[in-house]
Parts: sequence; structure tokens; C-alpha cells
Amino acid sequence: MHPMMKAWRDAPENLALAAPTRAPAPARSGVTRRDVLAAGGFVVAIGWLPDPARAAAQGREGAAAQAVFEPNQFVSIGADNLVTIVNKHHEMGQGNTTGLATLVADELDADWSLVRTEYAGANVKLYANLAFGMQGTGGSSAIANSYLQYRTAGATARAMLVSAAAQAWGVPAGEIRTGDSVLTHASGKRATYGEMAAAAAKQEAPKNPVLKSPDQFSLMGREHATPRVDSPSKCNGTAQYTGDVKLPGLLTAVIAFPPSFGAKMVSFDASAARKVKGVTDVVAVPEGIAVVAKNTWAAQQGRRALKITWDEAAGAALDSDALFAQYRELAAQPGTRFAKPAAAEDGKPAAVATKTVEAVYEFPFLAHAPMEPQSCVAWLHDGRLETWAGHQFPTFYHMFAAKAAGLPLDKVTLHSLISGGSFGRRANAWSDFTVAAVNVAVAIHGRAPVRLQYTREDDMSAGLYRPMAVHSVQVGLADTGRIASWKHGVAAQSIVAGTAMAMMIKDGVDPTSVEGVSPSSYELPMLDGQLHSPTLAVRPLWWRSVGNTHTAYVMETMMDKLAQAAGQDPLAFRLALLEKNPRATGVLKLVAEKSGWGKAMPAGSAQGIAVHECFGTNVAQVAEVTLKDGKVRVDRVFCAVDCGVAVNPDVIRAQMEGCIGFALGALYYSEIELKAGRPVQRNFDQYKALRIYEMPAVEVFIVPSTAAPTGVGEPGVPPLGPAVANAIVRAGGPAVTRLPFARSGLVSA
Amino acid sequence: MPVVSLHVNGHSHQVDADPQTPLLWVLRDEIGLTGTKFGCGVAQCGACTVHVDGQTMRSCVAPVAAIAGRQVTTIEGLTSHAAKAVQKAWVDLDVVQCGYCQSGQIMSATVLLEQNPKPSDEDIDQAMAGNICRCATYVRIRAAIHAASAQLTA
Repeated sequence: MHPMMKAWRDAPENLALAAPTRAPAPARSGVTRRDVLAAGGFVVAIGWLPDPARAAAQGREGAAAQAVFEPNQFVSIGADNLVTIVNKHHEMGQGNTTGLATLVADELDADWSLVRTEYAGANVKLYANLAFGMQGTGGSSAIANSYLQYRTAGATARAMLVSAAAQAWGVPAGEIRTGDSVLTHASGKRATYGEMAAAAAKQEAPKNPVLKSPDQFSLMGREHATPRVDSPSKCNGTAQYTGDVKLPGLLTAVIAFPPSFGAKMVSFDASAARKVKGVTDVVAVPEGIAVVAKNTWAAQQGRRALKITWDEAAGAALDSDALFAQYRELAAQPGTRFAKPAAAEDGKPAAVATKTVEAVYEFPFLAHAPMEPQSCVAWLHDGRLETWAGHQFPTFYHMFAAKAAGLPLDKVTLHSLISGGSFGRRANAWSDFTVAAVNVAVAIHGRAPVRLQYTREDDMSAGLYRPMAVHSVQVGLADTGRIASWKHGVAAQSIVAGTAMAMMIKDGVDPTSVEGVSPSSYELPMLDGQLHSPTLAVRPLWWRSVGNTHTAYVMETMMDKLAQAAGQDPLAFRLALLEKNPRATGVLKLVAEKSGWGKAMPAGSAQGIAVHECFGTNVAQVAEVTLKDGKVRVDRVFCAVDCGVAVNPDVIRAQMEGCIGFALGALYYSEIELKAGRPVQRNFDQYKALRIYEMPAVEVFIVPSTAAPTGVGEPGVPPLGPAVANAIVRAGGPAVTRLPFARSGLVSA
Repeated sequence: MPVVSLHVNGHSHQVDADPQTPLLWVLRDEIGLTGTKFGCGVAQCGACTVHVDGQTMRSCVAPVAAIAGRQVTTIEGLTSHAAKAVQKAWVDLDVVQCGYCQSGQIMSATVLLEQNPKPSDEDIDQAMAGNICRCATYVRIRAAIHAASAQLTA
């Protein structure tokens, strides 16, 4: 469980916000989708789509027309025999819409081709993440927290259908079979779910519906059984993102944000901006100066015409090189202790170090740079506020949108749309882009609905970066090759300090700064960890796999350095430290077997290995790398993953492939540098992303398991960097300790 | 403002717009074709890729005045055999993740296959180099182009 989840679940101060920590079983909650709609339309209706889009979107997404059987807030069945499943989580590409629908459809014995999906709005009582106690998506937790809840929802619906059929046919319920959305009896009686739906609605919900055992799963774990529900709409242009929302009289706003961190506006002259055809308003908002127009281009032209004087003194000293120098000093000094060496066991002599292996690692700020820049539509009307956006943390967005509008929560309706990627960007407690959109809507007095659109530069310059980090590590090795001591200093901003999640900090330590060092997959009782958490004017934020983005690189390249110093094979060295960790051992052995670890490689090529646990999922990777003329090419990556029950194997493979490419792009290129308080990289020309010609071949192997599932959206990221870095060293290249590679003179071939 | 005459997906549109307005915003804001996406605004990411007279074009930097009288095709208007094969392969292989770049990817892949029904990996690298996918669905994009090619040349 991610510390974020645990903190939310455990913190009493969140009770006001939170749903019960254990949500009522769906069957007993008695709340249906229809109730939800009646209470203010929390479920995203697609009625606002233009007709052709609606028709196309209903390929697989979109609710059945008339639900006649709604046993709970997650599933409903129409007379048309369509099953509608509500996704309480945010879909940003990771495939949870398909995954959650699979959980329900399997227990329901539904025909997958008759399954439709829709997205829940903000309603913490009905749709909380059971691991957080609030509604939100993060920490690769969607499937993990919903596994029993969604299956129970499906099993409940099935039991009520069976009960209705038994009553209608006068046969024992135990004799009725279900499959492909059809009820049958040996007597020849047969009814579709749609035909039995109205009768099922009159049945009492079972208190404890029986769930399938893994050998009875009909969809979960089956190849090709559950194609992604969102593929058709994303391949024909009908998928609806925030930018695609159409409302009558919709205006577009862009904001002239401060050019540097901490900058304050001194004055502005909007006279030229107001003359741009199409510009309707120029208004000051807390975030900057908003230019509102009838279309996006006019808004952008209006912004260009603004004359603003900024006072940038506050951030003038913010400089990446200076920060790294400061962080290097900090990381070498005693700080707040996050790990204390265990006392030596009685009668067992402490290992005596005869060799020291040390390194200092530097990690830059990273922008998330999802393909869809941030945007939000806000509409104040009739004493209410409606917002449309990729609301990844609806509970926060709901609170902060209401606060910005000065309205009570029950007057605020969130429409949570799919988003064009997030990687953590939309999971923020500041709800920055939604609050800004509401501020603009307020500033124009709700005259019309307004879409706030960030340009790429706005998005990339907004801060909310993966924080810079420096690790200073000294490890003492004994003659035996045993680790005798491990001193580990970390300097990194706390991600949660100053936010509603600050309660995660325990004894001065933000666990997201050190996760992966402590706790570690390895048995390291000698670990002595010291943390420094400086504060800066740049807001930090989690970035796909959070602290593991840097800790895995440090730990797993150190493992290779130590193995080399000890004269041992990197795989064998790791396995010896993982004797009490069967799942990490399992993925390591599997990836070693599949990659032919230790096989002869052509000159200039080598394999590198790494393993890491992230949010309960273990991933091991072997990268095959070729070095030529000082250039790097990652030819192939083998990836073994243990995420418990594999609900959708193809989605798991896709996430591993995507994590690998995402991580490789960051390894090669990603850095936001600060100069005089301004971010240097503002678009993809300078903040480069991995392109197709750099993508390695990927082979994914899933460990068969009946353990409860854990997530896959992030855990494929951490091992990639160190696996590649280790391969480069084994191919005769440099040991890179300053990321990205481009900074260390290593370029991709 | 001058009226610009546009031909999009076989339909004529008279658009009242600043001639410098990028085609992207005319498509999205004026004509209502929102399948073409805004990603970077500087022709770096390819999310805005459309076809103009059968060639790929980054609509985020193409002034609408320069497009007047030319044939524009967006993701909503794809009809060619190659396009249908590409879209089918994309769905068959579940290429998409967040999906935001995929209109542009499909537009680029379609022109590639219209001009070269049997592309090599190097051809694919070259044709698709301008389209970023932050979800890094590149393994499947490549596989889907090969699958569409196989369907077209079968």
C-alpha cells in the first residue's frame, strides 16, 4: 500500500471529507445510479455530446439507454440487455475502465460485447478509493482497492437475476446457469439479463454474495477476453476530453501566468489585448491575468498583446546549478533520520568493512508533460457551479472548486472526463487548473461557460515538478562480500508538506522522499538513512512512481557497483539479499531465465538487470544495450512483473511497455532547469520525449498468481533506468550519476 | 475579417477568421471537429496532424489562409482503405492508452501506408518520428502498422 493511501485511510482529521474507510457492500448500500442522477447528476451523462459523437462513443462507452435494474452504484442493466458499469476512478490511459468493468462482468457472467462503461462524478460516499478514504486515483491503486468491491457488485447483480429467474420459472436457484448475459435451466427455460432485469430489480439483494474462485474466472486473466472499452472512440476521434466539451456560448480563456517562481505582478495594460477581435474580457485572477475570448486563437493573441510588469526579485536566486551544489552539501550531512542501523545480533560478529563503495547521485526537476495540456471548463449558472476536467482527485477538486466559487459542496457538480495522460500531474491537492478556471468563471460573473486552456508552455512552466533529489551513499563491504555498513543521505523537497496530505510526514520524514531506500526490497539492517527536505518556491508533485523515480536508480546501480566490488554476478548478489523476499526473487529469476541472463553478447553490447517493488508490485527488467561511438541504443527490454491476479493481461503488458518507454525518455532527456527563477525548458523542442525510433523491443512476462491484485500503472518505471545504466557500465561505458544522460554527455543513437 | 474557404472531409466551410489562425483552431473551435488535438503548438508533437491534399500537416502551425482551397482530411473524415486498415489494426491490437496523441498517430500512419503499403521498420521510424506518445505506445504502433500493411497487401 502506498503511504499516501495509508495516511488517508488512517488520519482521523480526514473523516469530514472521507467516506467510511470500508465502504458499505454495494448490495446493502441500496444506492443506485438512478438515485445518484436524481440527486444532482453526479454520473457523467453524455447528453452534452453532439449527436454523431454520442452515437460513436456508444460503441463501448456510454450508458445503456434505460436502466431497469440497478442493484448498486456500480452496475445497471437495461431492458436492451446492455450492462453499464460505472468507473469510480480516473481513466488517464492506464486501462482501469476496462479493468473495473472486467471485475464486474466476470462475476456477473456478462457478455463482454454487451458491457458499456461510464465515469463517476464527485461523490465521496459512493465512489471513494477504499485505500484513500477519499475519491481519487493514484499509487496504482484502482484495481487493488476495487477488487472485492467491484466483484461483489457484479456477484450481487447476478444473484438477483438468478433469484428472479428461479421465482419466474419455479425452479431452485441452484439449478440455474448463467453465461454470456443469459440465464438458462435444464428444462429449456432461457432468458437474457435484459429480459429478467425488471424482475431482478424486485429481488432482495443477497447479504454476502458468493464470489468466484480463481479457477472459475471467465474473463479475468483470459487473453483477448476483454479488449479495451476505450479503443474505438480513441481511434476515430470521438473520445471526449476536456478540450472537446461543447456548451452553448462557451468561451476560452488563457492566463498570463507569472514568468518565474515567486514573481508578483506590478501592473498591466490590457488596452491592446482588448482590441483583439474575439477577446471579450481581460480580468485579473489570483493566478495572473486572464484573457477570455470567443475562440482559443483570439485568447492567445490577446495574451500576446498584454503588457505586464512583473517583479521577479523573489525567485531570482533560484538556479538549478546552485540548488544542486546546496543539495550535495546537505546530503552529506546528518539530517532527519529515516533508517537506523539495527544492533548486531548477539554472538554474531559485525561484518568489518574493508572496502568502501560510494557515489553521489543527482536527479533534476521533471515535468509530467502529458499529451493533453491542463484545461478545465467551469460554468457558473443558477447558483450552481459545474466543472468538466480530468479530475483525478475529485474530492480535492470538489472542495477547492466550491471554495473558489464561494458555494457549498452540494451546489457544485464535477464532470470527470478521461484525460490525455497525467503521470501524476492531475493528482494534485492544489487542483490548480480547476481552481484557476473557476476563478475566471467568477471574474466574468458566470456570464458564460468558460474553458481555461493551458498551452504547452503554461503547463510545463507551472511547477508541480518531480522534485530534484541528491543521494549521497557510502557502503562498506567486508572481505566476504557482505555489506557491513550503508550510509545514505537524501536531499529532496517533501511532496506532501504544506498540502492536505502533510499528515503523511512521520517524525519529520516524508515517506515519498525515501520509499525504495527505506523500505527496501533488500534486507539491509545496517542502513543508516538521513533526510533533508528543503523548501523552495517551486511546488513539487508526484511523478509516475513517485519516490521510486530516484530511489530505484540509486539502489539498483549501487547493487551493481557492490556486486562488482565483491566480485560477484549482479543477479547472484541481489538474490543473496532477497532470501526473505520470494516475490522479488520470483521476478528476478523469471526475467533472468527469459533474457538468458549471462549469455554472450556481441562486442559493445551488454545486459543490465534491476528489480524494484513499487506500490506492492514487483518488477524486474533486463535491458540489452549497445554502445557505439559514445551513443546508447537500448535494443530490447525483458520485463517480469508480479502484480498478483492478472485481471487484464494485455493491459498489464501495455502498462509495462509504456512505463519502459516513459522511463527511457526521462533517462535520456528529461530535465527542467531553473535559471533566475524561470524554467528553461517550456516545450517539447527542449524537453524532449522518447520517439518511436528510440523505443526498444519489449517482452513482458507475468508471474502467475492468485494473490490479491496490485497496480501496474507505475511499477514498470523504476527498474528501467538502473537496468539500462547497469548495462552501459557492463558494455564499457560510464557510470552515470547525474540524470538525464544528455547531461552526462551520453546521447541516444 | 476575411472569409476563408475551406474544404474539410468533403464539405465546404466559409470561415470568418484571422488569416494567421492555425488550421487546428479553425477545425476545433469554428467547425467543431475536435478529433484533432492540441499538444504543443509548435509542430513538435504531432497530436494535431491532419491531411492536406493527401500529405500530413501539423495543423497547429499551418495558417488557415494557406489552406484555402485545399483538401483537408481529419480523423473524422478518414475513408481510404489504408485508413480503415490502420484504424482496425489500432483497435485489434489495443494500441491506445490515454489516446490523446492517437488521432495524429493514425493520420501519420495512414499517409505512410497510402504511399508505401509495405513499410520497413526504418520507414516506420521515419514516418512516425514526428508523433510523440507520452504513454509510449510505440511497440504497438509499430505492430499495428505492420498488421495494417499485411491486411492491405494480402
